[in-house]
Amino acid sequence: MGGVVSDGWLLARVLRTPGNALGLDAAGWTALIAIARAEQIIGTLASRLDGLKLPGDVARILDDARASAAQGQVAALWEVEMARRALAPLGEAVVLLKGSAFAAAGLRAGEGRSIGDLDILVPRARIDAVEAALLAAGWEWVKPNPYDDAYYRQWMHELPPLIHRDRDRMIDVHHTILPLTARITPDAVSLLASSVAVGPGVRMLAPNDVIVHAAAHLFADGDLAGGMRNLWDVHCLVDQFGTTGLDQRAAHHGLAKEVARSLRLAAALYGDGAKLTPGDHVYLRRLTARDSWGRPTRQVTRLGFYVRSHWLRMPPSMLAKHLWTKWRAKPD
Amino acid sequence: MRHVFSVRIGPVGFRVGSTWRTPIEQLEALYANYPRPEVPDFSVRLFPARPWRQFIRPSVTIGGDFMLPDALPLPLAQGLLAAEMGMNLQMALGQRRYLLLHASVVERDGKALLMSGISGAGKSTLSALLSARGWRFMGDEFALIDPETGLLHAFPRLVSLKNAAIDVVTNALPDARFGPLLAGTPKGDIRHLVPDASAVAAMDTPVPPALLLFPSYGFEADERLVPLSEVFVRLTQASTNYVALGERGFDALARLVKTVPARAIDYPDTDSAVKQIEKLWAAL
Amino acid sequence: MAEPLFRMARAEALRIVHLDSFVAVFHRSSGLTHLLAAPAPEIMATLGEAGLTRVALAEKLVADFDLEDLDDAALAERLDELVACGLVAAA
Repeated sequence: MGGVVSDGWLLARVLRTPGNALGLDAAGWTALIAIARAEQIIGTLASRLDGLKLPGDVARILDDARASAAQGQVAALWEVEMARRALAPLGEAVVLLKGSAFAAAGLRAGEGRSIGDLDILVPRARIDAVEAALLAAGWEWVKPNPYDDAYYRQWMHELPPLIHRDRDRMIDVHHTILPLTARITPDAVSLLASSVAVGPGVRMLAPNDVIVHAAAHLFADGDLAGGMRNLWDVHCLVDQFGTTGLDQRAAHHGLAKEVARSLRLAAALYGDGAKLTPGDHVYLRRLTARDSWGRPTRQVTRLGFYVRSHWLRMPPSMLAKHLWTKWRAKPD
Repeated sequence: MRHVFSVRIGPVGFRVGSTWRTPIEQLEALYANYPRPEVPDFSVRLFPARPWRQFIRPSVTIGGDFMLPDALPLPLAQGLLAAEMGMNLQMALGQRRYLLLHASVVERDGKALLMSGISGAGKSTLSALLSARGWRFMGDEFALIDPETGLLHAFPRLVSLKNAAIDVVTNALPDARFGPLLAGTPKGDIRHLVPDASAVAAMDTPVPPALLLFPSYGFEADERLVPLSEVFVRLTQASTNYVALGERGFDALARLVKTVPARAIDYPDTDSAVKQIEKLWAAL
Repeated sequence: MAEPLFRMARAEALRIVHLDSFVAVFHRSSGLTHLLAAPAPEIMATLGEAGLTRVALAEKLVADFDLEDLDDAALAERLDELVACGLVAAA
């Protein structure tokens, strides 16, 4: 099969319609696997291709990826249990975010997903108590640096990262889903109040809020790194839960534009397509910027997104101060 | 990636892409006898960290499917070493089918001898010397154990010889093929030995393990039995993917520990080691 | 309030391999491997899946292993450790 485009669109087409992979030659498969690995989505790809007749090498590589993701989920769900036990004495349930939530709830978005750190959401008022409970239960700070610590506590939407001293696994404790300095301020209290039970002592956001979080995470909180995986999450969530009430919920959190955009992009990549704005096309270019070795390409667009993401997180005067202090502290 | 090289070593296929031609030429020459994979399991990339680093004091940054964030680049003259390190890195971080142990492996009479130890214990040197004495070379960096069968699968990459070991082995194997001398690497002088044709020809024949040794270089010749729990702990430390494999890793390791005798041997020089090893093997 | 019952984790959750004086335990729910030395394996075996209170456990250990005496504080610590890593459940 000649003329195969080797960038993120190759991955998107196969995730959308697994049968599209059957015409790939060795070079095509090699590129697909490299891009999927770079986007941290190879377990999901393997899940989607399960049951298809694949060439020997490919079947083996994808089997291993699936087994690896599955074992990773066992470890991730154990971290959920450990966090549940640490917070139970406080009367706080663990409210899960992102991959751990999908896995714990058995959602389609969780199938084959590789899960990294445990992300949880707690009320801002209880963040000190939660921090103390986690430290008492064996978690420790990853990096003690006075300036960074103050920055995190005052402005960021999460505690500085904690790692468990025996199990060597990280936990990220959030009290809202965007940095406090961002121009958009989601309703954290409402996120918690609307959360749904996944098991005893374990909760996750309500379905519409999960989609809003995915959109927030993708656009406002990063430089689009991991974007293809984020949009796959959105695609699966919409597929499973629909979009009833989503517009209103997004507007309530001040993320209506971001959610609408993420729905269009997810549909363009993985669904039945959408009517795209010029801005959407720029985002898609950036999101699919990988070559057949999985390397990020289209460097100019990439830099543009990095500057934008920092600008979104902090007012310009604060940004200047932050960068100045960071620049000064950097060793030669 | 202008220049690309592909090779299958045992059950694992690699592709190595490089901005520069020389490392690829070297790999092609040294791995000439090896088969090529259809779709490689892992990709390695050799590239300049900054565009001008391709030409000005050229230095090779090691990348691939799996990367270490703070890895220091190597000078282009050591590009071959960078490629080998890149392949090691993909295995260490990405291998999920076979339990990996840092050990050299040689085979005799259809059974495998594993020598496990840290860098400098002599596993590469000993495996090379034994290969000159009728043992089949199966690998000097990673032992691959199939959790389903308990068998060792050969993974015969270029044997990495350091410093004094270079002369010892070039003297013992005068007809063997060697790579260039790489001086001044982070680990001193390095030279690669190409596994002989019979090792490559037999690399798809897995064998059961029969003896596990923990060699230590630089001591009076000695030998002791290693208790099971100590073997278990030392091997989990010697494995890069034990935890990631979950229960399959546990099963593979427990079976190995319970069925294969283990000895720690101290040796003052390689001649003494070879004698001790062959005596222990004969006594099995 | 009733005394808590300590139970060994369900048999399906554990893979147990006896080495020498140590027992290797693979805990399926966590993916973690534990190497246990006395008295941990004995405690787990004595608790079984039915479970015992701490007092009943102490009594049974003394009887089954013919112990002269038993350090309650040490037993409590060992139990807490086993509960912390999931090998024993406290209800």
